[in-house]
Amino acid sequence: MRNMKNLKTFFGKYAIYFVLFFEIVFFSIASPYFLSATNFVNVLRQTSIVGIMAVGMAFVILTGGVDLSVGGVTACVGVICAKLMISGWNPVFAILASLAFSALVGIVNAFFSHEFKLNPMIVTLATLQILEGIAYIVTGAIPVYGFTESFKVIGQGHVGSIPIPIIIMIALYVIAYIILKYTKFGQSIYGIGGNEEAVRLTGINIRKNKYSAYVLCSVVTGIAGIILLSRTNTAQPSAGSGYEMDVIAGAVLGGISMSGGEGKITGVFAGVLVMAVLSNGMLMMDVSEYWQWVTKGIVMLAAITYDRILKKG
Amino acid sequence: MDAKNSILSLRGVKKQYEGAPIPAIEDITLDVGYGEIYGLVGENGAGKSTLIKTIAGAIGLTDGEIIYKGGKLICKSPAEAINKGIGVVYQEFNLFPNLTVYENIFFGIEIKKNGFLDRKQMIRKSQEILRQLGFELDVTKRVSALSPAYQQATEIAKCINHNVELMIMDEPSAPLTEKEVGKMFEVVRKLNQSGVTIIYISHKLNEIFDLTDRISVLRDGHLVHTFRTEEVTEQELIREMVGREITEIYPEKDFRSGEVILKVENLTGAKVHGVSFELKRGEVLGFGGLVGAGRTETMRLLFGADRKTGGTVYINDKKAEIDSPTDAIQNGIGLIPEDRKQQGLVLNKSIFFNCLLPSIGKYSRSGFIRFKEARSDIGKLYDILKVKAVNQGQLVSRLSGGNQQKVVLEKWLLRDCEILILDEPTRGIDVGTKQEIYQLIKDLAAQGKAVIVISSEMPELIGVSHRVIVMHEGKITGELKGDEITQETILTLAS
Repeated sequence: MRNMKNLKTFFGKYAIYFVLFFEIVFFSIASPYFLSATNFVNVLRQTSIVGIMAVGMAFVILTGGVDLSVGGVTACVGVICAKLMISGWNPVFAILASLAFSALVGIVNAFFSHEFKLNPMIVTLATLQILEGIAYIVTGAIPVYGFTESFKVIGQGHVGSIPIPIIIMIALYVIAYIILKYTKFGQSIYGIGGNEEAVRLTGINIRKNKYSAYVLCSVVTGIAGIILLSRTNTAQPSAGSGYEMDVIAGAVLGGISMSGGEGKITGVFAGVLVMAVLSNGMLMMDVSEYWQWVTKGIVMLAAITYDRILKKG
Repeated sequence: MDAKNSILSLRGVKKQYEGAPIPAIEDITLDVGYGEIYGLVGENGAGKSTLIKTIAGAIGLTDGEIIYKGGKLICKSPAEAINKGIGVVYQEFNLFPNLTVYENIFFGIEIKKNGFLDRKQMIRKSQEILRQLGFELDVTKRVSALSPAYQQATEIAKCINHNVELMIMDEPSAPLTEKEVGKMFEVVRKLNQSGVTIIYISHKLNEIFDLTDRISVLRDGHLVHTFRTEEVTEQELIREMVGREITEIYPEKDFRSGEVILKVENLTGAKVHGVSFELKRGEVLGFGGLVGAGRTETMRLLFGADRKTGGTVYINDKKAEIDSPTDAIQNGIGLIPEDRKQQGLVLNKSIFFNCLLPSIGKYSRSGFIRFKEARSDIGKLYDILKVKAVNQGQLVSRLSGGNQQKVVLEKWLLRDCEILILDEPTRGIDVGTKQEIYQLIKDLAAQGKAVIVISSEMPELIGVSHRVIVMHEGKITGELKGDEITQETILTLAS
């Protein structure tokens, strides 16, 4: 009786890791090409964009907010960086300028949702529209390309046999882990999502922390945008479209509570991997893209339901 | 009394929460007769709330059975319970704050005409029920806009409208002022005379003695004794509750006056009009008045939690700019708010986390938290306050009310404030813990700190304060010292 209960809490706590494990076992049996080091690196590389964006998203959701504008940030950052480089800017400065732009987006998001107490979902839905519009206006809906060779390194280079995007992703997860667990900022974020009023009355500056979370989310998304640009070597105004859903799905799947205050960054990584492995596995099994969408949706529903049932006990 | 002529019988009821080392309640057997007013007393964590929740269907049983009107009672939800005639007026109200009064009263049993809601009819009927209870209010107001007394009236009206036969009241007097409690008693007696059986839970023994026919005492999850009310004294009851004798609840006052630490001049805000007062080191200053007199609002202005429109605050004779709680805390002020669940605690986080929050800066070096140092300091206080919990890592939501309040106290003690404001510090807390809190207030003052206490409980206000300021409609109406502090003088100034 007692052991059963312990087992249940154990499975509940690590649900997402079991899902990941079963996925890997399943696809290893179903496809002879799945289980290999090359494919593993491949999965990680493919997921690096969404994986990086999910780090920033986790911070915002932990405060009890959400950021739907990430797709727009990806597109805009790519387009701005590309245009600057084409007009002769040094890539380093072009990158810094476009990241500064993404930080500005974060400030705008935080400004409207915090100062006017607007629902962040609506605020960021609006900024998403604005950003997507800007991306098209700046490019005139024509892709931008023709960058220097050295810029390719970010998205296409390797250190040893490991692609640079993977290294950046892992580094960001490690940093996020440390921030959330060991710093004043990280712990304040958890508190704000748990009970904002109670935290305000303990003297913690809500404004500063919320702005930081939104800016962090946008800047990290900006980094993902740069990597995407470097990998595709072309700036498409439509580049970021639909990313917000994948990113939120990964975070929530990884156990970040949409009401804020709960969840771990390690879970987010597992959540993102669950979706990535699923895509990759189905591709190997030659499942059509439309069926992939259906399956992803079902897996997501199943995973969060399973998580809820186990947690409720 | 036996099961036959009882409206409610419990047989060997046990509830053990998941992950808990011991059951919250165990082997509870009792019978409540038709038409009785049945009292339930016990310290915090004795299992009273758990017991009610099992009856009301909010949580399931681990073992045992509940018999209601001769049949086995299985309620899966509070909604099911109320439809079966069992209504609960919880300590924390169970209303929908964003719905109107009448919508709450008719929730689940809306009156319909031709398939549409008949709002007119519902409004009329709601008003009628409330008027019978002695309350005049606009039933189209949202519940969130009401004072606690009116919220409670709404809750009771909801029970009446659902034709409950058994009404369980969990600490109903906690959010009310003395005057409102009197009114609530009338309502309870009226209901009882009309045939409703009542289970009344309270820490306030005078209420229990006033109202009930029989009293059961819970201690550590067990039912230790059931008395006929007329056959037991307060001392005996307390002894059964705590398992030891408590002679004097309030520690002896001793006040060695220090210099003025806080001076407030003309503090003005939405519900506060030109409040001025002084506070000395070593002093316990009480704030008396009715609910809505502006005491909580005054303290929130002082603490920077709400925006003030005028007034000056001096700390140690220096003008202090306090525009946010952050400023207040930097000036050495701490506030223990009235509503610990909404404002005092992050419920789904640990004791450690909650204690750390106000002092997070103090325990951080270049942004990184020094967990070891914090843990050891919090651990020391945790032992002094005797918080009943598995360890510092336990979630605050799993603690009883009294222990939650201790955590709120602990987090401010850790911050080491010079001026501590306690707003209703013992609301919904048992005698034993209350006494500990009174002692703590005294000790703080003796250490040279300055303490402000807001309380709607007269004996408490009189028992702990060296000086009492009484407020009415946002203004100070008088100040009492020493022997002048009596129930009568306070009440005269309060109304």
